[in-house]
Amino acid sequence: MGIKLDSSILRKVAMALSGLFLIIFLTQHFIINITSVFSSEIFNMFSHFMGNNFIVQFIAQPILIFGVLFHFIMGFYLELQNRSARNVKYVKFKGGANSSWISRNMIISGLVVLAFLGLHFYDFWIPEMKYKYVDILAENPFRYYDELVHKFNDPIKVVLYCISFFFLALHLLHGFSSSFKSLGTDSKYSNSINMITKIYAIGIPLGFCFIAIYHLIGNFVTH
Amino acid sequence: MKLKLKIWRQKNSDSKGKMVTYEIENISPDMSFLEMMDVLNEELMSKGVDPVAFDHDCREGICGSCSMFINGEAHGPDRYVTTCQLHMRKFKDGDTIYIEPFRAKTFPVIKDLVVDRTSFDRIQHSGGYISVNTSGNTQDANAIPIEKVNADKAFDAATCIGCGACVATCKNSSAMLFVSAKVSQFALLPQGEVEATDRVLNMVKQMDEEGFGNCTNTGACEVECPKGISLDNIARMNRELLKAQFKK
Amino acid sequence: MNRITYSLNYRKPKDQYKASDELTVCLRYFHKNNPKGKGKIIKKSTGIKCKLSDWDSDWHKNPNRYPIKSSDKFSIKKNKLLNEKVINFKSFLKKDSQFEVSDSFVLSSNEPDGPLAQKWTNHKNNIRLVSPANKRSIDVIVVGTGLAGGSASATLAELGYNVKSFCFQDSPRRAHSIAAQGGINAAKNYQGDGDSTFRLFYDTVKGGDYRSRESNVYRLAEVSANIIDQCVAQGVPFAREYGGLLDNRSFGGVLVSRTFYAKGQTGQQLLLGAYSAMNRQIARGKIQMFNRHEMLDVVKVDGKARGIITRNLINGKIERHSAHAVVIASGGYGNLFFLSTNAMGSNVTASWKIHKKGAFFANPCFTQIHPTCIPVSGDHQSKLTLMSESLRNDGRIWVPKDKNDAKAIRDGKIKPTELDENKRDYYLERRYPAFGNLVPRDVASRAAKERCDAGYGVNKTGEAVYLDFEAAIIRYGKEKAHLKGLNEDDIELVKDLGREVIKSKYGNLFQMYEKIVDQNPYFTPMMIYPAVHYTMGGVWVDYNLMTTIPGCFAIGEANFSDHGANRLGASALMQGLADGYFVLPYTIGNYLADDIRTGPISTDLPEFNEAEESVKLKINTLLKNNGSKTVDYFHKILGKIIWNKCGMSRNKKELKEAIVEIKKLREDFYKNVYVPGTNESFNEPLAKALRVADFLELGELFAKDALERTESCGGHFREESQTPEGEAMRDDKNFTFVSAWEFKGSPSEAKLHKEKLSYDNIELKTRSYK
Repeated sequence: MGIKLDSSILRKVAMALSGLFLIIFLTQHFIINITSVFSSEIFNMFSHFMGNNFIVQFIAQPILIFGVLFHFIMGFYLELQNRSARNVKYVKFKGGANSSWISRNMIISGLVVLAFLGLHFYDFWIPEMKYKYVDILAENPFRYYDELVHKFNDPIKVVLYCISFFFLALHLLHGFSSSFKSLGTDSKYSNSINMITKIYAIGIPLGFCFIAIYHLIGNFVTH
Repeated sequence: MKLKLKIWRQKNSDSKGKMVTYEIENISPDMSFLEMMDVLNEELMSKGVDPVAFDHDCREGICGSCSMFINGEAHGPDRYVTTCQLHMRKFKDGDTIYIEPFRAKTFPVIKDLVVDRTSFDRIQHSGGYISVNTSGNTQDANAIPIEKVNADKAFDAATCIGCGACVATCKNSSAMLFVSAKVSQFALLPQGEVEATDRVLNMVKQMDEEGFGNCTNTGACEVECPKGISLDNIARMNRELLKAQFKK
Repeated sequence: MNRITYSLNYRKPKDQYKASDELTVCLRYFHKNNPKGKGKIIKKSTGIKCKLSDWDSDWHKNPNRYPIKSSDKFSIKKNKLLNEKVINFKSFLKKDSQFEVSDSFVLSSNEPDGPLAQKWTNHKNNIRLVSPANKRSIDVIVVGTGLAGGSASATLAELGYNVKSFCFQDSPRRAHSIAAQGGINAAKNYQGDGDSTFRLFYDTVKGGDYRSRESNVYRLAEVSANIIDQCVAQGVPFAREYGGLLDNRSFGGVLVSRTFYAKGQTGQQLLLGAYSAMNRQIARGKIQMFNRHEMLDVVKVDGKARGIITRNLINGKIERHSAHAVVIASGGYGNLFFLSTNAMGSNVTASWKIHKKGAFFANPCFTQIHPTCIPVSGDHQSKLTLMSESLRNDGRIWVPKDKNDAKAIRDGKIKPTELDENKRDYYLERRYPAFGNLVPRDVASRAAKERCDAGYGVNKTGEAVYLDFEAAIIRYGKEKAHLKGLNEDDIELVKDLGREVIKSKYGNLFQMYEKIVDQNPYFTPMMIYPAVHYTMGGVWVDYNLMTTIPGCFAIGEANFSDHGANRLGASALMQGLADGYFVLPYTIGNYLADDIRTGPISTDLPEFNEAEESVKLKINTLLKNNGSKTVDYFHKILGKIIWNKCGMSRNKKELKEAIVEIKKLREDFYKNVYVPGTNESFNEPLAKALRVADFLELGELFAKDALERTESCGGHFREESQTPEGEAMRDDKNFTFVSAWEFKGSPSEAKLHKEKLSYDNIELKTRSYK
């Protein structure tokens, strides 16, 4: 492509695009996860497909990992740059008078989400990779649902999970609509974008929490 | 009114500054903020203390000289006004008021509350113009009709006074609102189209080189801007830059 | 008589010459007691020849004092050259201090011959040009970056000169032209209402009460249309109609719509246009910009302006800058009054410094007092804010009919909205039924003062009248209701609709008023009072905009040229840009053509040394002066003297008092002023002290000029010269001239030179707005 990220606006656009890409991934992730509430078979089917399809595993997955890493590294880089743009800090700074806490603290919500991702990788992804590519265990198209349910039997974990999604919601509340602004969307669409942002940023994390709590309660009932 | 003022005092660009507290009495609510500063300075001088230096000129909110960060906000608590138009009736008797210069690495302090904003000028030098010579026979002003909506939008963008409140108030010290206002003004007019590609690329490049921070769309600049320059301009500049990338 | 005259160098008796014989013109200087003892006449040959038939022996009777008739093919060139020779000869004589040379001769407007409409074209065709290659080796200094200075810098740089621009603000974009609200006139006739160059010229001369130079004003009107084209090409977003074409509004004192505007921020938009043109040249390296620099003296070498001395306002460094010509575009001197609509930093220093070095100062007493400003609220007031003249299109001006009502309003016992219609005195409509609220600025201002002086003022200090929009709100509201098919009798609904219309027209002004006064002008009438706004007087310049110092030019508000005794609304922006974009860049070439071989001017010349030393001495004197009173203390007193005794109406007694008081104040200033800090730092009180020191001198000349002009004209109202009804009375027989003052050591010694004004194309009439 030959596009160099040599201008602050291009970097910002890259942040927006990687963010939107992650949003698409998150949607897809949610759709698969929510099926676990309705039917373990469908969930297993999707999971097996995702876990063993060549395109998903060797093309989509690396892109996703790159997207995640890019979004975080660029986020940190920009944050550092932004901080150095004001070498003497204000004695009194009333940010709340003109902007939301959320928009000013994307780095905090981002860090919480990053920490969660670490946990999530440790919990799901690393065992999964180990299962498939290190230990090379036999394919089992029916294991996914049980594994999922099993992960949610610790209430502390579920609480942590929910807190993380709360921060993700905060991150999305600003990030979703902001990425459209970064891409230069005309303000005539801003009302609808803001509406969609609110629905998405609250709805999706709430849904994830619902799945976790659903299985937690399910675990209590069945045990 | 009786007030306690905490003011940033800094001798020159090389020295370190600090907040100094002054008490002041007999302030009328009808005074403008800068008139209150005049009273303070007269008092300081009568005591042999160096008066507080601050930038000011037109005192009617249009030159963009005044640049005070008052109680944590650029140009103070009122909206759509510059410091010179802020009046003391916005404060209460007994208030403590923090007064600091506009802070950013790109706005180095010259003395006390006076900062150097020539970085803004340099951005303008890099492309804030339409290249037309004064010949006396440019085409007739009415030769190109311009849609009123666009003309009005261009005007709204052009009302920027270059005070730097956007940079001062942005948590990232970003100058996007300022730069985008100029880019937008010309982008919305047919006269500006010819040089649009180079203009946006050069101005953004200069902005980056100066060391302003990045825009994260917090929207604080729009709220604090004394002229109400809209965030739309930033979106428009993003668009212009992307367009320019493809044309390049 | 100590003066220089032209004569022909006859070598044999006159009658032995034929009409076609060519003779050399020579200059003669006659002195009663020539100290060198070689007779009473000093003669100098000019080397310029002319046929006997082309010689005008009555040359001293024509206004330009050109000795060679137009029957000579090269008469224009020759006459110009002769004039320059005179200037050189005079400076040669002056160097020898034993000669005392009269300057009255030099005051030639240098306006070109020919019919009025052809003058500028002819002039442009005949003036000398500098080739592009030579322009590269010529430097020009421009002081000030407002509309005039900014546009001149940009255009000179485009032409190829090396320009050095100076401003005291932190950026050229902050010059006070930015505060102009209403608009800019141009004879475009886009509205098809019969406007023309001549009409704009006529309105401007008439509006100026016949005290401006015909040829200059005509040229201004002629280039006005180009300004709009130029600005639109630069991307200035003027207001447009729905069809996409430019919109116009009409302004006080004229019968056509010729004012182009950009809401209430026309000056800002035009200045940003000029600033952007400058930016382009700064980027090209053709303009070297010096922000936060104040000019503190001009440097003359061999009688010509060759540089300036500046102070860097950040670190106090005194710097020398040389150039082949110096252009002063530093604006007006309204801040003489302390309270004015000028910016806090606006000052007369640059103009005054050149005045002290030989530039004549013209009509200093011609000041414009703008009728619609926000009144003073207390002693703390630092400046005044204008409410655009356009408001008078829709606002009605009144005070209570009864003094008791006025008192009740002042005491806050009743509100203006509670006062019945029949208890209000719409005094402008009463006195001037034909023009009503739209009389010219000077008339409206005096009328307001008259009412307030009589005890009808409506604010706490009794110095305010009402500007009421109620009638307009109802009128617009009814129109709107009719258009929308709503009930026209529902008064509240009508008013709401009307307020919307008013908001779309004047929204920013109403908001500004509310922020300052804390009253909502949509619901209660505005309070207004006249305030100093613009100075028509300024540095005297000829048709080429050159001052009486060769190589020193003055443009924009800094010069005196185009507005006579009163400026019409929306003409200041026009003049600034006309001078800067379209006039000076051409006429300066005529002077610089002599400098193509001069080479760079050294700043090590003794003249630079001398100027720098005197600046440093002045600064040190002020800093070491162990006084006890601040600069503002003196400035405020000066302002009060000028406002009270040389303000909206003037009389002999008070003017005489003012002269004495200002002189005393000046002495007190040098004894008792306290300037804190050092020179080597950012020191605003010091910068202010240097400016006020010059105001203290100008103030005296101002009063002296007002005293000398015993007629009333335009903004200058002498109580001794009024009609029985109290209207201004001009004295054309004795005062149809420009007063140009020559500095002679102190303001009180200033010598008056008169430039006679002749009106060949319009008839002098008494202004009447009844």
